[in-house]
Amino acid sequence: MNLAIFLLALFDGVAYAALVFIVALGLTLIFGVMRILNVAHGSLYAIGAYATVSLTGYFLALGFAPVFAFPLMIVSAVLVGILIGGPLEYFLLRRIYDKSEVLQLLVTFAVFMILEDVQRLVWGTRPYFESSALQVLGNVSVFGVTYTAYQLILLPLIAVVLLLGMRFFLRHTITGKLITATTEDREAAQSIGVDADKVFLFTFVIGAVLAGLGGALASPTTSILPGMGADMIVLSFAVVATAGLGQIEGAALTALMIGLGRSFAVYLYPEISVLVPYLIMVLVLLVRPEGLFGSPAARKI
Amino acid sequence: MTTKTHSTKAKASMKSPLTFLWVIGVLAVIAVPFTTPSIQLLFNFAMAKGLAVLGVTVLLRAGQVSFGHALYFGIAAYAGAFLMASMPAADFFVVLIVGVAGAVLAGLFVGLFVVRYRGIFFGMLNLAFSMIFWSILEKFYHYTGGADGIRFARPTVLGQVLTHGQFEMMLYYSVVVLMVVLGWFTQRWFASPIGQLFQTIKTNETRLEYLGISPRRALLSGYLLSAALCGVGGVMMGMAQGVVTPEYVWWVRSAEMVFIAVLGGAGSVHGAFLGALIYEVVRTYASVYAGDIWQMILGGFLLIIILFAPGGLIGILESLFRRGSGKEGARK
Amino acid sequence: MKTQFVKRVVAATIAAALPLAASAADKPKSLNVGMTTFLTGPASVFGVPARNAAEILVENINADGGINGVPVNISFIDEGAGAEALTSEYRRMVESGSVEVMMAAISSGNCQTLAPLAEDLQVPNLMWDCGTQRIFEENDYKYVFRTQANATPEMLATVLYLLKTTPDFKTIAVVNQDYAWGRDSWDIFRTALKAMKPDVEVVAEFFPKFGSPDFSTEISRLQALRPDVILSTSWGGDLDTFVQQASQRGLLNTSTFVLPLAESSLERLGSALTAGHIVGARGDHYFLHPDRRDDEDFQTFMQQYQDKTGEISVYPVFHASQAIAALKAAYEKAIEENGVDWPSEDQLLAALEGLTFQGLGREVTIREDNQGIEDQLLGVSVQTGDYPFATMENIMIFDGDELTTPVGQKSIDWVGTLDAGFVDSVTVDSYEN
Repeated sequence: MNLAIFLLALFDGVAYAALVFIVALGLTLIFGVMRILNVAHGSLYAIGAYATVSLTGYFLALGFAPVFAFPLMIVSAVLVGILIGGPLEYFLLRRIYDKSEVLQLLVTFAVFMILEDVQRLVWGTRPYFESSALQVLGNVSVFGVTYTAYQLILLPLIAVVLLLGMRFFLRHTITGKLITATTEDREAAQSIGVDADKVFLFTFVIGAVLAGLGGALASPTTSILPGMGADMIVLSFAVVATAGLGQIEGAALTALMIGLGRSFAVYLYPEISVLVPYLIMVLVLLVRPEGLFGSPAARKI
Repeated sequence: MTTKTHSTKAKASMKSPLTFLWVIGVLAVIAVPFTTPSIQLLFNFAMAKGLAVLGVTVLLRAGQVSFGHALYFGIAAYAGAFLMASMPAADFFVVLIVGVAGAVLAGLFVGLFVVRYRGIFFGMLNLAFSMIFWSILEKFYHYTGGADGIRFARPTVLGQVLTHGQFEMMLYYSVVVLMVVLGWFTQRWFASPIGQLFQTIKTNETRLEYLGISPRRALLSGYLLSAALCGVGGVMMGMAQGVVTPEYVWWVRSAEMVFIAVLGGAGSVHGAFLGALIYEVVRTYASVYAGDIWQMILGGFLLIIILFAPGGLIGILESLFRRGSGKEGARK
Repeated sequence: MKTQFVKRVVAATIAAALPLAASAADKPKSLNVGMTTFLTGPASVFGVPARNAAEILVENINADGGINGVPVNISFIDEGAGAEALTSEYRRMVESGSVEVMMAAISSGNCQTLAPLAEDLQVPNLMWDCGTQRIFEENDYKYVFRTQANATPEMLATVLYLLKTTPDFKTIAVVNQDYAWGRDSWDIFRTALKAMKPDVEVVAEFFPKFGSPDFSTEISRLQALRPDVILSTSWGGDLDTFVQQASQRGLLNTSTFVLPLAESSLERLGSALTAGHIVGARGDHYFLHPDRRDDEDFQTFMQQYQDKTGEISVYPVFHASQAIAALKAAYEKAIEENGVDWPSEDQLLAALEGLTFQGLGREVTIREDNQGIEDQLLGVSVQTGDYPFATMENIMIFDGDELTTPVGQKSIDWVGTLDAGFVDSVTVDSYEN
């Protein structure tokens, strides 16, 4: 394996990892704060992608320039967070915080099943493809191999910005600190006047926006079709558990390991590429039972 | 309606009118091939699935949820399928034993590792193992048949070659017997000393340690039982379908088992089978009469149960009977 | 339990003997047909168009007064609901006596599960879309018939078209979905290619998982390897994603793509599928079918379909039309040959043997082993500007008879015996577009 191939595999791995990280970030944030492993995260991801494709298609048909695809991604993600994430927390999850982890997870699983059918009713079964955003940025050539600038540069850049932004937000802003405090000890936080309900709602909406954003960012590169959420959610679970629940930096590192592991597998032994995320998960948890960055007593956010 | 033998019923809830109901339920199930043969296969599937759900239910008694128990369902089914594919005249009982042995062996291997974990990590690790096995089934398709799985002819039964109808009848009553016997056994196991220790993991694990008992060993014993039960369900399902596919191990099937366990009434032996039956019926008919929204119907059904009847279907039944008869219910 | 068996056996024997006593059946109120198709899951890109087409065609038959005055009634089972729900519902439909004929299935796995079941239940079953060639090569069936081709002629026609249009290529890579169809179709393709052009080198074989959202790494590697030809038998969202991603990164400019199922993705791929790539249709299925596009029935249906769905027809629509045409033709043939008002099941089965019928494509004949003989259409993509997506030019239609594995032989063995001379020996009709 020569250096060129090594670098090519590296680029592919990083681009893939970036997308996985963005989705896992929302999942791990919600888990860190609310202790709910949200299966419906996969649906929010899919709906984010569908919404982006529909909105982009609509506005481009009106004659807007393709570059508008970028702000529309953010619009879609925010819409998913507010229109679906908000009501989901407010009307449903709020009622089950006192229930066991299993029941909470099953509630989100039920929501996932319902949203899967909602997607099909709204968007049908036909795959969509809308790559205006990707074409705007053009291609980059490395060692005679053409990459899209979108995947090679933009996606990793957004992932890094989100990682740093989230760290900053949680550690250096009032809202972030409130979230962290509520996570540590809900009752204590409430006794000093923190409105825990509001914090939970806010966190869930942010998590949902991140899921939607993951879908929006994935949409120019892949077919949007029923079932796309199910695959993503299993992968994100693997990332979150391997990282240590609620561990943002851990999620970034794990996503990178999985992305690189997968792309090197495609170059060296393609048949095992599907196995990579789960192998990494088992191996990591074998050595570190609480995940890469997790520890039983540690702060979970 | 399903479930239970005379002895368990007598033991568990001597005076409950529910006892009577279970007897009627089992009799009704026994009568199905003669009264309504068109749903015989559906019931057969439901009971096979119910056996696997019983495995998940066992773990729920210790407060642990596995998101990967389809692993044992699938391993047993594949072990049986490999045997039948290599020895076409294999006997039904040999296939059953080999399949379950495969599940128990795998359960021991994975169990030794996962009993160190609790809660979400326990669930996720089980998921990871099942997904690894799934990938292997898909990838090594020269041996496993890939996504098409393995198809096999009917096994012989005690040296007899049966026709399609006879075999289905035999299979149906075998699964009824297995349901009653294993349901009874599991109930007894919960009441046994090791079963009691196992259930303490849910309520107070540290107490076990004070008693000088290894919680891991207690959990492992229940884990092996649950793997075996899933294995029985898997082999019976495989033989009922005449084919095993990687879909047997896919995570959605694991989730479905947990789904049914909670639907029926988390931790209830009767609930596992009742839940499986209702689930299978709802799912089949929803996919026929509302093909576009059957997932939505199932999801909504589950939501309503969790939010308004956390005791599951069993809980609803019991409260109905408590109210109806004014007697003390038999909540187990 | 033994006496119960005996009772059942006796009952079954009497039931089986009854239709023999009466040589024809009474005319029913309606002819009920069950069809399994994907309404959910990724394969619903095929299943939903097929259901829509079946509904239109059944309405058309009924508007004409049905089959010998008997209206047709079709109901659907979702293949996406899982194997248990599918088999138990299939059984329930048949055993409750609510259907006379079944049509199953899209998925090859489901066909392999349901074919023996149909035989056990003694219900005539028309396999209307699945590709597996194994069914009739590994077993004999009395109740199961296929109203289309199978993977062997489909792949063989693809190899032949490639060798006729691009005879000088040296290297090939494959990117197929990792499930039975992806693996089996590559086995047949590779065996045929090695037999007819042994000097070709296979430089890479990728089997990304079914439903993979990302082929970036595979594309990078393909760009580094630069094969002359890239084969992909993928379909639906997987094919769309692969071609789109490859197109964006310029891979379509450096390699010739061979896409045996791309006819079903043409409309969705839009401008991404540039000119010069080989497009197949799993049979002679194309909304601009050169032999059929001027026929009135063809035009009427295409208009009806477009009005109903807003989309152009894809191959599952043609497959559905063939199954329904076979159904109608078989009943009419049985009625005529036996001089009855309505045929018995045995008369229907006899009529299906050797039946010739025509759906939206060319005529199809059911061979003695119950396999359908269907012609194969392939073309090269071209962006003419008439449509906002690629259409086909340089179309060839291969004679299905010569490409279908002879009765009693296994596909892989037979395909392996072919040689370079086969390319020039086959019957083919060529059209400019």
